[in-house]
Amino acid sequence: MVRTYEVVFVAVPTLTNEELDAFVAQMQGVVEGRAGKVVRIDSWGKKSLAYRIDKHREGYYVILTLEADGAIIAELERRFRVTDSIIRFLSVRMDEDLKRSEKLKAARRRKTARSAASKAAAAAGEAQEATP
Amino acid sequence: MATFKRFSVRRRRVCKFCAEKITYIDYKDGKLLGYFIPERGKIIPRRISGVCSTHQRQLSTAIKRARHLAILPFVSD
Repeated sequence: MVRTYEVVFVAVPTLTNEELDAFVAQMQGVVEGRAGKVVRIDSWGKKSLAYRIDKHREGYYVILTLEADGAIIAELERRFRVTDSIIRFLSVRMDEDLKRSEKLKAARRRKTARSAASKAAAAAGEAQEATP
Repeated sequence: MATFKRFSVRRRRVCKFCAEKITYIDYKDGKLLGYFIPERGKIIPRRISGVCSTHQRQLSTAIKRARHLAILPFVSD
């Protein structure tokens, strides 16, 4: 069952850029090796944390948008847990929220289109009445 | 008199998210969420912020996710 997920992880600030890139590439390999798809990789770079985690005040934020199934997410989370340089991670299933969001947007578009159409029709009707 | 003053300060407004047509509240948007977190770090109740119930539920989930990722604080003072 392929679903859209958003996986965020926070790495320790002591990591070098190369190490971080290598880790991200490794995770990408995990996803692609299991027939998943990495849609997008967002990196926020080093960002200060809102509170201290294991004496760290900063962290590297990386956000992966995936099209994958639950087994891939489980494997990613297992790897995050065994990797000491990962201090926080969060996986969120996005497809239902996105669907809901799209539905609301579509409904809003329909509504504005309808009101515009009825206004146009009313204007046309008035014009017709005025001609004879 | 005092009642009137308080009313004018904490007047009820339309839900910010409905007004701005936000259909999904992103937990990564610390700036937006921070608006609903005063100094102490608590989530502002609906009766004060005027957020509708649907959006308040989404907002509280988003804030809790953001707290886990250290984007927002649990407590701060």
